[in-house]
Amino acid sequence: MTTTTCGPSSTAATGSAPAVTGSAPAVTGSAPVAPPGTRERTQRRVRDGLGTSADRPDGTPKVTGAFAFSSDLHDQRMLWGRTLRSPHAHARIVSIDTSAAAAMPGVVAVLLAEDVPGKATFGLEHTDQPVLARDVVRYEGEAVAIVAAEHPETALRAIRAIEVTYEPLPLLTDPAEAATTDPIHPDGNVFRTLPLRHGDVDATGDVVVEGTYEVGMQDQAFLGPESALALPSDDGGVELFISTQWLHVDRDQVAACLALPADQVHLTLGGVGGAFGAREDVSLQVHVCLLALATGRPVKMLYSRAESFLGHVHRHPARMRYRHHARRDGTLVKVEAEILLDGGAYASSSTAVLANAVCFAAGPYRVEAARIDGQVVRTNNPPCGAMRGFGVVQVCFAHEAQMDRLAAALDMDPVELRLHNALKPGDAIITGQRLTGTAPVREVIEAAMAHPLPPDPREDEPAIALPGGAGLTARREDVRRGTGIAVSIKNLMYSEGFDDYSTARVRLETSPDGEPFATVHSACAEVGQGFVTLAQQITRTALGIERVVLHAADTGVGSAGSTSASRQTWMSGGAVQLACDTVHHGLLERARGVLGVPDEPLVLEPGRVVDPATGAEVAIAQLLRAGPLEATEEHHHAPTSTLDADGQGDAHVSFAFAAHRATVDVDPDLGLVRVLQIATGQDVGRALNPRAVIGQIEGGIAQGVGLAVMEEILVEDGLVRNPSFTDYLIPTALDMPSVAATLIEQPEPGAPFGAKGVGEPPTISSTPAVVAAIRDATGKALTRVPVRAQDIAFGEAGAIPPTAGSTSAG
Amino acid sequence: MAQDHREQRNGAERLPLRVNGDDVEVEAAPMSVLADVLRDELGLTGTKLGCRAGDCGSCTVLVDGVAITSCLMPVAQAAGRDVTTIEGLETDGELHPVQQAFSDHNASQCGYCIPGFIVAAAETVANGEVLDREQVVQSLSGNLCRCTGYESIVDAIVDACGHGTDREVAS
Ligand code: FES
Ligand code: FES
Repeated sequence: MTTTTCGPSSTAATGSAPAVTGSAPAVTGSAPVAPPGTRERTQRRVRDGLGTSADRPDGTPKVTGAFAFSSDLHDQRMLWGRTLRSPHAHARIVSIDTSAAAAMPGVVAVLLAEDVPGKATFGLEHTDQPVLARDVVRYEGEAVAIVAAEHPETALRAIRAIEVTYEPLPLLTDPAEAATTDPIHPDGNVFRTLPLRHGDVDATGDVVVEGTYEVGMQDQAFLGPESALALPSDDGGVELFISTQWLHVDRDQVAACLALPADQVHLTLGGVGGAFGAREDVSLQVHVCLLALATGRPVKMLYSRAESFLGHVHRHPARMRYRHHARRDGTLVKVEAEILLDGGAYASSSTAVLANAVCFAAGPYRVEAARIDGQVVRTNNPPCGAMRGFGVVQVCFAHEAQMDRLAAALDMDPVELRLHNALKPGDAIITGQRLTGTAPVREVIEAAMAHPLPPDPREDEPAIALPGGAGLTARREDVRRGTGIAVSIKNLMYSEGFDDYSTARVRLETSPDGEPFATVHSACAEVGQGFVTLAQQITRTALGIERVVLHAADTGVGSAGSTSASRQTWMSGGAVQLACDTVHHGLLERARGVLGVPDEPLVLEPGRVVDPATGAEVAIAQLLRAGPLEATEEHHHAPTSTLDADGQGDAHVSFAFAAHRATVDVDPDLGLVRVLQIATGQDVGRALNPRAVIGQIEGGIAQGVGLAVMEEILVEDGLVRNPSFTDYLIPTALDMPSVAATLIEQPEPGAPFGAKGVGEPPTISSTPAVVAAIRDATGKALTRVPVRAQDIAFGEAGAIPPTAGSTSAG
Repeated sequence: MAQDHREQRNGAERLPLRVNGDDVEVEAAPMSVLADVLRDELGLTGTKLGCRAGDCGSCTVLVDGVAITSCLMPVAQAAGRDVTTIEGLETDGELHPVQQAFSDHNASQCGYCIPGFIVAAAETVANGEVLDREQVVQSLSGNLCRCTGYESIVDAIVDACGHGTDREVAS
């Protein structure tokens, strides 16, 4: 059950209502880039515009089964592609014999590294990963050969018939040894080292707490495995239907590896079965296109679940040593941290993940000084890259555990300690960057704490409600309850000077029935988050029409950037708004001609343009008789700078904050946990579609709870031990806590519509909140996630602060 | 080298199936799983495959009214029985009440898990079970969703089971 509060009222409980928008649901009243005529439109609103919980345009096809995911695509003549993967984490390839496979009836192509016509490697930031391994394999699951066959089972038999002789090489699996071990790749074993020095790094506090923390390897575990259909095109190029997060970066990598000009590689988004970061890197894109070009036939590829676990990047495992210094009154003096991330065999987005871990190592708190040393290294473990929360998840687990240790050392309420140090607008984070936008840290904490705690256990509650659930192993009298709080800061959009942009094209015309409608063409990857809904809402509100059609997302329009970093509402939403603005101005221009008022400020209302001075009006449909209006616009965010040698600089565009309070029941002897409730306050800027925002919060919390208590890819000697949903557990409906959410709406200056991205924060601080609650219930130190039964049953005791909120709000 | 892939199959047989009320004959190896036959031979791609191991429920269909994971059922076992897929739930272009509830609650994000949940819930509703929220949650333990946190899905099913939901989202 979810209870939801939107808007500022929820913060009234603490008597410190922040500066927020008025409670009137003004659609664009505070939108910094709103077109002229905004105020009038708040009175005459178009249906399903901004600020409403408009329905998804793909809602019906998704419930009838008609929605085509990339795995559902089919062509009469298509072949099935399949990948041969390395069973070794590190080995030299001595020989490959494909003759038996190639001779099998029904096998049409068998390709190796030497068949890659263009660039031999790919990668998001550093092109260090071979399309197909040539001499060496560096992780279990690395692609070695690909085949195309008439039937998927034939393709499977064919890859089994390829004989590869490997000579195992020494394994590098301990990230702590990477920097000093012989390089396992020509580019070396260190992806990035990032020191950060802020303020008086020799300062000391009255109270010092230390801890060492670990985060295990989490998988994005989207439900729809990697899949694509590639078709050779008449011009010698290729057409690719693909589930991805970023069409244009895929296109550029495919074109380079195929030695084709970019305009001969055309990508269209196939339906995406979830992403969460795992579809930002190339997986099968180059392979399936290679096979299509080599065979001259359409080729479909579809990973199995096990192959999906091996075929995409994961969340970086982390080891972190922390030392917090504070004054007696709780004021943070200095945060010291050493952060080591295991990037696995190839670079992916490791360097950017590390930057996030370092920049946000101290959390959403004012700290006078910081000394942070971060490093991300190469090993023979599975490659790691983007996953929801992107480097911040790891450090948030550590800094929040440290805040609780500090609270215990100070004998201070952990909520009070956080409120005392909470960042506010105008403060600087440890990179020296000042918060020029909104920073409702206090408000999100107070909102999370203001939600009622879940009811006490009832005697007649079914046994399934106990920790361990249907196993019926916990006894009611053994169960202990705990609560914990955690708070996070997350950057929105890309950082460190990257000139990020999104493109959108909007065309306004009349349909044969005379009604005006708009078509939005954006390459933004809809991965489930609801950009398709938002694009319609923006266009409806901006152009005063109800009918908005979405062109398929493809590379026929400029890049929309990646669906990641909580950036698409801001970036592609902003691009749609800019294109609508241009069309809107074109409409007003025409209306001035028709109404004969060359200098009057006219106003766009639903369906018409009005001259407020005279009341004269003209229908939009009439204005479009002169032909359609179309505009293509690029939206860039404000520039950022790089980090200097001390990790200082204005590297980020904007920040979002969230707080989570978890309540758990634990059987301390059996180590079983049931997460009962997550109460959260989240800084959203403006909720442009409240229902979609809540959906992001609930889904993000599920993944945060997963990392807290169950999700881990187990890697032994570089080999993944649990590549299945039988052994890699993700939360089911029974594991999902109830969610009580408050949206803190303080419009962000500079953001289109004042809205902040909302996708990542729910995943970040929910994990440490759950672990804090388990500590509260058990008294155990629990310095590693996911928390395992044995950590609770046999783990070391730890310093426990007073129960969160016992002396403050809530 | 190219040839019809059916020639590749060991022991492909013609099997009678009744799918969404239509009698069809498919050519398939008896041990092929029902999900593959539905998707690849009959083009009924609304049934999804998330794991092929019985873990995720994406492939749920009704066989003689009982929800099963079609990734695990050999097609021979479905021969002669009544198979209902997500495509068979609509009647005369009208959404099934469970589909309507999922639509009303905007329960889909990526939507990959959704057909499996809807078919599973359709069995519950067809049995006339009126489940409360806790019972609905328990009935869903065989279906995974990675996007939604299940809340909107549970709301939709509670609604379809004839209960209002107590959830409100201000807008
Ligand atoms: S595909 Fe059948 S249960 Fe997952
Ligand atoms: S909506 Fe994406 S898996 Fe459920």
